[in-house]
Amino acid sequence: MIKHFINLEWKQYFRSSYWQKNLALNILMVFLALYFIVVFLILGFALLPILKKVYPDQDPFIVANGFVFFWIMVDLLMRFFLQKLPVMSVKPLLTLPIKRSTVVHYVLGKSALSFFNFLPLFAIVPFGIMLIVNDYATPSVLIWMLAMVIVVLIINFLNFIIEAFSSETELSFLPIISLVAVLYGLDAFGFVSLSTLLGDAFLGIASNPILIVAPLAILAICYSFNFKILKDKLFLDSSLKSKVTEVKVADLSWTKRFGDIAPFMQLDLKLIWRNKRTKSSVFIMVIGLLYGLFFYPQPIYRDMVWLFPFIGIFVTGIFLINFGQFIPAWDSSYYKMLMSQNIKYEQYLRSKFILMVLSVGIMFVLSIPYVYFGWKILVAHFAAAIYNIGVNSHVMLFGGSFNRKKIDLNQRAAFNYQGTGAVQWIIGLPLMVLPMVIFAILNWLFGFETGIAVLIIMGVAGIVFHKKLMKIITQRYLNSKYKMIDAFSQDN
Amino acid sequence: MIYTKDISKSYNNTVVLKIDELTIPRGQSFGLVGNNGAGKTTYFSLLLDLIKPTTGTISNNEIVVDKSEDWKPFTSSFIDESFLIGYLTPEEYFYFIGDLRGQNKADVDALTSKFEDFFNDEIIGKKKYLRDLSKGNQKKAGIVAALIGNPEVIILDEPFANLDPTTQIRLKQILKDLAEKQGVTILISSHDLMHVTDVCERIVVLEKGEIVKDLETNPTTLKELEAHFAGRMEPVEEEE
Repeated sequence: MIKHFINLEWKQYFRSSYWQKNLALNILMVFLALYFIVVFLILGFALLPILKKVYPDQDPFIVANGFVFFWIMVDLLMRFFLQKLPVMSVKPLLTLPIKRSTVVHYVLGKSALSFFNFLPLFAIVPFGIMLIVNDYATPSVLIWMLAMVIVVLIINFLNFIIEAFSSETELSFLPIISLVAVLYGLDAFGFVSLSTLLGDAFLGIASNPILIVAPLAILAICYSFNFKILKDKLFLDSSLKSKVTEVKVADLSWTKRFGDIAPFMQLDLKLIWRNKRTKSSVFIMVIGLLYGLFFYPQPIYRDMVWLFPFIGIFVTGIFLINFGQFIPAWDSSYYKMLMSQNIKYEQYLRSKFILMVLSVGIMFVLSIPYVYFGWKILVAHFAAAIYNIGVNSHVMLFGGSFNRKKIDLNQRAAFNYQGTGAVQWIIGLPLMVLPMVIFAILNWLFGFETGIAVLIIMGVAGIVFHKKLMKIITQRYLNSKYKMIDAFSQDN
Repeated sequence: MIYTKDISKSYNNTVVLKIDELTIPRGQSFGLVGNNGAGKTTYFSLLLDLIKPTTGTISNNEIVVDKSEDWKPFTSSFIDESFLIGYLTPEEYFYFIGDLRGQNKADVDALTSKFEDFFNDEIIGKKKYLRDLSKGNQKKAGIVAALIGNPEVIILDEPFANLDPTTQIRLKQILKDLAEKQGVTILISSHDLMHVTDVCERIVVLEKGEIVKDLETNPTTLKELEAHFAGRMEPVEEEE
């Protein structure tokens, strides 16, 4: 049975037009994976000497265990945004003579093979080796490593439980963030020293192997809980149950002032507000807005002026990056209809453009309070906003013409929680890194004002040539019309 | 109205459609029948410029469809559910299509009010999204949307499939009225020979991408079509 499943997925993956069109992206992913593997390897080997140096009077093994808590928190957060439960189209399988539990075991088992689970091994194993080399008792180190592997798997399954619950709520990422924040807060403000507790627990396991039963039991509980959740979902009516929501009609007549693109803007706004996927990109704007708070309050970063445009692009452009990269795939499920209708491509694209520009404007205004951390930040954010409007928005639209991946908004496929993973963040990177590099070089050579001026000039140039650029972009879309229609009518 | 010349479509050297010449005059109700894979949907997709022809051209009111988009204002269609926007209510969808076709809300309301019977009280004012409607009701909404904006050419792929018997009969009446009273050119495809012969003045049979029969509808047409398809299904019986 498992053999059949693997065979099915292999075909699904390699026969999809997405794979064929996005070879470059796949290669990039491989390189990124290799990069992280190397980083973790170095970390694994270097951790012990580093700890010895930083905490000379303490046992590095004990110190390392004290950090396990923070690693778990960060890992949970990262996974929530990057790792998705492997999707499998189960509907065709339901009527076949396959046990439901087999399907669920398979999906869960497959998730255990995720890259996210192997990555920590590249740090854990070298660290363990270093411990043994440094005369720690071999059996207890081995037990400790085993415990770590179990922890990785626990995080893996815990993440899916969190995702399953948060996908039911509107603000999908709130539960995870509040959970991590509360745990971290408890620890940081000294109510319950979770980091020490957890550290002691692992030390206990290392010295008393019988205790390994405890993490194993937690793993078993997490797994069976996942199993239960998924098995309940494996009925047609639960994934198909039409949650018939009363339609809330908002007054969108204000869009009329945009003239001939008004119908498209209304459509886009409804698209964003009425679908789970798109709605989450609105809420991600909140995260984007707060992103600066990771950096600016800390004096180290406040002196790194070259970083400001990067943060500025992210803060003002988070919606642009998040929403823009799936143009026109948002409309993929009815793309055929649009193409046979009496519409002008240019209007259709301009509506998306205006939407992105509006979001950049709003985000800039909302980010003005960052001026508290220095006027340079405000100036850099302003330049970034102009750059976003003039350059990145057009790049997004142009890039969209290469889009061949259908997005199923109606999304009834079981197991499909959020649909996108690491890929979407990687696409956004060049958009943020390029202006940062340009600025950093100019800032270094000629000073802050020149760097800002160049970013603004680039943005203004984009705005001045907007009509011309749109013409080129529209032509691109026209040229790839048939290919897009074909790709969007495929299911995977 | 619609002139097809030397059109062919092939995928990887397999020809799926090949029509040397086909003229559909203005105001004709035209039916396309054929078994699965005969090329019906391919023909409609070519006509709507959704796929690129391998050779040949189709012109709609003397506009070559893959050269210019000027045929779009007077042509409307409903091919399948992918023509619907799932997150809109039926009303919003009608208004959106109306906007694209230069009709204001009042125009659209006037048109849809004529189809109250057809909707059977299941479409309008229900505050449901299109994606939450049943397949049959989705189809109803899609078909009516294709009638918005006084199109001169209406293309419907399998309009009768998924509809309940009452709605099928009502739909036949609507299509007949359109063709007779308003001179609209209607192209439909169907597997249901009876419905097609009821509605259409002319029926073309496609087989493996080629036209094998081109009939003016008369009282014996249904028999002729049935004989044709039965013969293809059970050639052994004929020999006996």
